[in-house]
Amino acid sequence: MTTSPILLLDNVSRVHGHDETAVRALDGVTLRVHAGELVAVMGPSGSGKSTLLNLAGGLDQPTVGQVFVEGADVGAMSMRDLAALRRRSLGFVFQDFNLIPSLTAAENVALPLELDGLRVRKARRIALDALEAVGIADLADRYPEHMSGGQQQRVAIARALVGNRRLVLADEPTGALDSQTGEAVLRVLRSRCDAGAGGLLVTHEARHAAWADRVVFLRDGVVVDSTGTPPGPESLLDSVGTI
Amino acid sequence: MSIRRGLLALLAQEPMYGAQLRSEFESRTGGTWPLNVGQVYTTLARLERDGLVEAAGGADDEGRIGYRLTDQGRAEVQRWWTAPVDRGDTPRDELVIKLALAVTVPGVDVQRLVQTQRTATLRHLQDLTKLKRASSEEAGGRNELAWFLVLDNLVFAAEAEIRWLDHVESRLAREATRAPEVRTRDTESSFDDQSSKRASR
Repeated sequence: MTTSPILLLDNVSRVHGHDETAVRALDGVTLRVHAGELVAVMGPSGSGKSTLLNLAGGLDQPTVGQVFVEGADVGAMSMRDLAALRRRSLGFVFQDFNLIPSLTAAENVALPLELDGLRVRKARRIALDALEAVGIADLADRYPEHMSGGQQQRVAIARALVGNRRLVLADEPTGALDSQTGEAVLRVLRSRCDAGAGGLLVTHEARHAAWADRVVFLRDGVVVDSTGTPPGPESLLDSVGTI
Repeated sequence: MSIRRGLLALLAQEPMYGAQLRSEFESRTGGTWPLNVGQVYTTLARLERDGLVEAAGGADDEGRIGYRLTDQGRAEVQRWWTAPVDRGDTPRDELVIKLALAVTVPGVDVQRLVQTQRTATLRHLQDLTKLKRASSEEAGGRNELAWFLVLDNLVFAAEAEIRWLDHVESRLAREATRAPEVRTRDTESSFDDQSSKRASR
């Protein structure tokens, strides 16, 4: 097996509107996220960061180019397959946590598994493991309103990566948190990636982007620069060719 | 960085030898500002001359002399803790000077300059973050805590530089759209590209 990235955006463009009113939100962007890698995207508002994340999560379709998640062409999927992909392969983490208030931490994390047909008990067991991995196993039966922002965001990360999901798409996950809590959340995200997940992090905070292996700068829909991967997993694996 | 005051502050805790002062200074600041032992002895000699420190007894078996604060030295340390740090002698920042010149000297691709610097500063920030990753979140002793705070200071400084560069970039872009007619020389083509791109939307 050759090393295929968990996420591949292959020469992707996204144009909104037509002719004179057409706006190129993304213009020929190619981006790979491998297992074990955290990639941060930085750029001013309107640079295409959110569009990029929506395309990666199958919430939007590119005008040109293709998006692959774990080797599968997202553009060629039916709505049903797409929904299954979002349940099984990837998870989102948002600035405002987006937990369901009437469910406990464990129930929030177990939800995508249950929707995917797993029995409640098994789903709960896997959810508890996921909470353990983000360091809050003891809060499993708490409701979101009884948790701090940082704790809620840990639950969201656990939910994003529960079961076999290996790709987390994070949109300003520290935006609502103070600097220490934000850093703790980044540590958790980082450790989940070190444990084998792939992460795509959109942020405007350089301090948080610096937790990534690679930082990509987006401007007017184009990748203008990147901090590169000095002998990171990508180049190492590419040189070996197989895993 | 005032080594002088740093050494005085250490001596306020207890009398120390030169080599001891050096290693204490470095371990508490995470080795960010390494000192050579010659620097330490030169500084001690000046402090002794100025009446701020004195030898605490004679040389020991290994010929080492311990130093302790005089009353005057103790007062100096107290002043240091209570007064704000003087910003008067802030070192000149090469990047700021470079940018100020770049926007006024014709023919410089300022946007490129900003981007190149931002990428480099972010790499530096990544390196600092790796150092944080290497240490555990809960600092062990006081010295480790001190090292964390030093590291955070470097992190915040790098972040501030990046924010300033973001600001410079958006400021330049706005400038270019505001007065495109005066920026017609090809030396400023990078701005023109920017403004025409924006105008076409």
